[in-house]
Amino acid sequence: MGVKMQGHHHLVAVSLNEQQLGIKRKYTSYIPRRNQSKYLALWIIAFGFVAMNVYKCIDAGHQERIEEGLVSMCDQRARMLQDRFRVSVNHVHALAVLVSTFHYYKNPSVIDQETFAEYTARTAFERPLLSGVAYAQRVMNSEREEFEKQHEGIIRTMAKEPSPHRDEYAPVIFAQETVSYLHLLDMMSGEEDRENILRARATGKAVLTSPFKLLGSNHLGVVLTFPVYKSKLPPKVSVRERIEATAGYLGGAFDVESLVENLLGQLAENQEIVVKVYDVTNPSNPLITYGRQTQEGDLSHTRVSMLDFGDPYRKHQMTCRYLRKAPISWTAFTTASLGYVIVLLAGYMFYTGAIHIVQVEDDFDTMQQLKVRAEAADVAKSQFLATVSHEIRTPMNGILGMLALLLDTELSSTQRDYAQTAQACGRALITLINEVLDRAKIEAGKLELESVPFDLRSILDDVLSLFSEKSRHKGIELAVLVSDKVPRIVMGDPGRFRQVITNLVGNSVKFTEHGHIFVQVHHAEHSEADAKSETFMNGISEGRAISRFRTLSGREAADDRNSWDTFKHLVGEDEYPFRAATAEKVDLLVSVEDTGIGIPIHAQELVFMPFMQADSSTSRHYGGTGIGLSISKCLVELMGGRISFVSRPKIGSTFFFTVAFNRSEKSTVSDLKKSLYEDLPNAFTGLKVTVVDSKPVRAAVTRYHLQRLGMVVKIVNSIQMAISMRFMLVLLFSLPSTLVELQQDRQPDLLLVEKDTWLSNEDTGNIRLSDHRPIGHTSNSPKMILLATNITSPEFDKAKATGFSDTVIMKPLRASMVAACLQQVLETGNQAKQGRLMAKGSLYLRSVLSGKKILVVDDNRVNRRVAAGALKKFGATVECADSGKTALALLHLPHTFDACFMDIQMPEMDGFEVTRRVRMMESNANQEPMSETMTIEGSAFTRTGEWHLPILAMTADVIHATFDECRKSGMDGYVSKPFEEETLYQAVAKFFESNPPSDRSFKTTTSKNGEP
Amino acid sequence: MDQNHMKKQINSARNSLFQQGYLDEQFIQLEDLQDDANPNFVEEIVTLFYSDSTRLIRNIETALDNYPLDFCKLDDYMHQFKGSSSSIGAKKVKDECSQFQECCKARNTEGCIGIFRQVKHEHATLKRKLETYFQVSPSNSLENRHTLQRNTQLCAAD
Repeated sequence: MGVKMQGHHHLVAVSLNEQQLGIKRKYTSYIPRRNQSKYLALWIIAFGFVAMNVYKCIDAGHQERIEEGLVSMCDQRARMLQDRFRVSVNHVHALAVLVSTFHYYKNPSVIDQETFAEYTARTAFERPLLSGVAYAQRVMNSEREEFEKQHEGIIRTMAKEPSPHRDEYAPVIFAQETVSYLHLLDMMSGEEDRENILRARATGKAVLTSPFKLLGSNHLGVVLTFPVYKSKLPPKVSVRERIEATAGYLGGAFDVESLVENLLGQLAENQEIVVKVYDVTNPSNPLITYGRQTQEGDLSHTRVSMLDFGDPYRKHQMTCRYLRKAPISWTAFTTASLGYVIVLLAGYMFYTGAIHIVQVEDDFDTMQQLKVRAEAADVAKSQFLATVSHEIRTPMNGILGMLALLLDTELSSTQRDYAQTAQACGRALITLINEVLDRAKIEAGKLELESVPFDLRSILDDVLSLFSEKSRHKGIELAVLVSDKVPRIVMGDPGRFRQVITNLVGNSVKFTEHGHIFVQVHHAEHSEADAKSETFMNGISEGRAISRFRTLSGREAADDRNSWDTFKHLVGEDEYPFRAATAEKVDLLVSVEDTGIGIPIHAQELVFMPFMQADSSTSRHYGGTGIGLSISKCLVELMGGRISFVSRPKIGSTFFFTVAFNRSEKSTVSDLKKSLYEDLPNAFTGLKVTVVDSKPVRAAVTRYHLQRLGMVVKIVNSIQMAISMRFMLVLLFSLPSTLVELQQDRQPDLLLVEKDTWLSNEDTGNIRLSDHRPIGHTSNSPKMILLATNITSPEFDKAKATGFSDTVIMKPLRASMVAACLQQVLETGNQAKQGRLMAKGSLYLRSVLSGKKILVVDDNRVNRRVAAGALKKFGATVECADSGKTALALLHLPHTFDACFMDIQMPEMDGFEVTRRVRMMESNANQEPMSETMTIEGSAFTRTGEWHLPILAMTADVIHATFDECRKSGMDGYVSKPFEEETLYQAVAKFFESNPPSDRSFKTTTSKNGEP
Repeated sequence: MDQNHMKKQINSARNSLFQQGYLDEQFIQLEDLQDDANPNFVEEIVTLFYSDSTRLIRNIETALDNYPLDFCKLDDYMHQFKGSSSSIGAKKVKDECSQFQECCKARNTEGCIGIFRQVKHEHATLKRKLETYFQVSPSNSLENRHTLQRNTQLCAAD
């Protein structure tokens, strides 16, 4: 119980562990788990900036091109303006030279007003920019009167009034027609003109005024003034000398506004730009020379070009702007915006993608958690099932016990019926629970396979014996056959193997009403070699003549591989060399063939599913849960094999499974557990048997069992043949004795006749069989034994009359059973009891234990007393020992004990230790040469002359580890404590069945029989 | 008539012992072992059990007084106790013993003491019940014994 509980805890812990593992994420996520929208916003903003940068980058080039255009246009205009201006200035210079040349150097002057006006008018085309030119003479105040007299007028100011008194005057004396109104106007009376005059005569070069409104027009203009000197001046003169030498001033007014207007009008793209000209002599206060103040144009692009009008004192500049704002760069805009849109879309995709991934991941996590929980639940379910089934069994046993008690009381027939029904139901329930428990165990992974050496054939015999009664009752032929090539001892789990076989055979028995059930075991490779040539289809009935099938019972089977034609290859003696002897593994193919109702085609794929039966009516009719096959499947798979079947409705099913066992290294069987190994008597070795059977498969089965007993088997298929053989022998008996002796070897010791064969030949065979029995040779003639599945009493009487012996060997055949029967037949006197004894456990126990001396070792008084009581009841003489040491002392060789029951858990020295020591003593004694003391009468002294005291462990905990330990320490078996008749019977029966003295006496009889 | 009534009473007394879970099949086995050669086998065994178990209980009590508890020793005593109980089929006592051993394994001092109280209680109850049963049951009466025998055999067959 404790062990079991711990197991549960462990499993629970495991499942908890799994759960914890499941919750933890098993992967790293590269996706932000939350705030995806923030990341999206960040993305949008970041790429917004990027897009703007891209736009700016592309736009910068565009702007540069616009700037370049502006610069070139502006510079071009400035240059042109400058050139035109220069040309005009040069011309005015030329006029100044003209005046100086012809007015001052010539005396008298050759120029007067008319000449000047004429000349200037005619050369006006040269000065398109000047509205007019005029020459003003320098007149000192002292010369004013003379000058006024000479020119017949008075000097006037700009305001056309007589000039007030000044130091110096500059009245215009010559003027172009267009500016004739300037005549005698004192130029020095105008502010700008006066400055201009002073500067010009000081520098000797052309000078310009700042822009101002010109007289006579509203246009802005500048006045250009050249000094005219009285004489040629040397290159280096002082300012003073220059002023002294000044004779007058030539001036012209530039109408800058119309000049520029005119100029710009000539150029293309005039409309696009705004041009302004400033006088920037005083940089802090630029004076506009051209251009409207209001028209600003595009302020983003401005080009300033310097203008040089030839007056170093005055500085001018031209400012150009685009009239309209430059159009947006569409390429830049579209590139940036399209790119941005793409990036936006990508961002959105990532966003939705991330959300989706996160969702999927979350779902995945949830799924995983659910999966873990589901798995845990599954394990828990299996555990629960295992526990509950276990717990249910206990009260169920109570229920069954009570029902049994109830049935013992005086009941009315109805009550009895009810109680019996209840008991039957209870038993069915227990079976079901056991099955469920098995399945749950397998599912919970608790089922462990053991690997112990065992005898396959005896297991199969055991299984057969389980069903023998049922099959006999139904009249089904049940048979087993193990191929000769299958080794005797294999390593594996006998219990589970037996379970699978039991299940399959149980199913077959359940579903079969007529015909046969045939269990075969072959080497897998051998059978496959044969199977290759044929293909089978489940459920499809080939159109064969259903006349006679050469199967075990003659009925058709689903898988005709087992019919004689192919079967004979498998049982054939020399068909295959014994090559498997070298292999480590023994691959076996086990088939269970029946001629039952078969499996409907639609249900065939559900067969191995738990709780599935072909249909509900089946389970109603035949009972059962349908869990057995699924358990079998699990077990077979655990044992490394596969299970499959061929089934045809109404014909039958054949289940196959393969299983891989290890070859046992030990060829001997001495250290096998008795329960796993059946020691067949070898007393029949060499006995000659003739089997009369018309069905070859059945005959082969019989031969298999007989050969296991070491007999020499011959098969004939009719009684006639047997008779003819015998008849020949009879004839031969009259021949000389040497020949008789020779033929004696060929005469069978036994004649086994199949009941069917006998009955079919009844008229011809029997009588003659008995007739031909030679008188006087009765003792020598072979015993005739009938083989039958079931027999009626008239048939039996008839058989006896025909000369068959009393014993009928009832099928299913088992080697040990056959041996017992033969023993009975051959030795009718002594051993007659045996068969009956076998039937009843307690009687058998009594017979076996009676007179035996048995040692019971247990430290517990109560246990000891109970065990002793139980053994005494069966007639054994019991001696007790309360400790291991006492036991050892009692078991000191030589002793007279026949067996020893040993408690395992004892203080000081436990049962294992005691057994080990006993075995040691025994082996020491066995190695010594035979001494006289050894010949003491006692069964512990075996017929081979070796000491071996059977020691059976008494144990309360029935677990495998204890069994293994028992075997290791040299025990022969175990009985569970507290003593129960059943288990005691099983343990003792296994042990004493084949032991002396019965064996010894048996041997003598057979040898007697062998004599002529 | 009286005989019949008596029989019924004995039977019901016996059945109640099973029904209430004091005894299990092992007791039937014991009864089964009782025959002419051993007419008082069951009673003998039960008496043996009581003398044995009283000694064991005393041992365990002393062991429980020593602190800290020697669980190994306790487990050992209890194993013997359990063995004896299962031998006579004292189911309830045996179950309590198992629980005690569980506690020993878990080294649960309070649990051990608590369960030991239970063990003693069950032990005493069973003793009382069996004593009454043996008083009522004239185990020497052949007829009665045969009835029992038959019942038990049928049980064992199942």
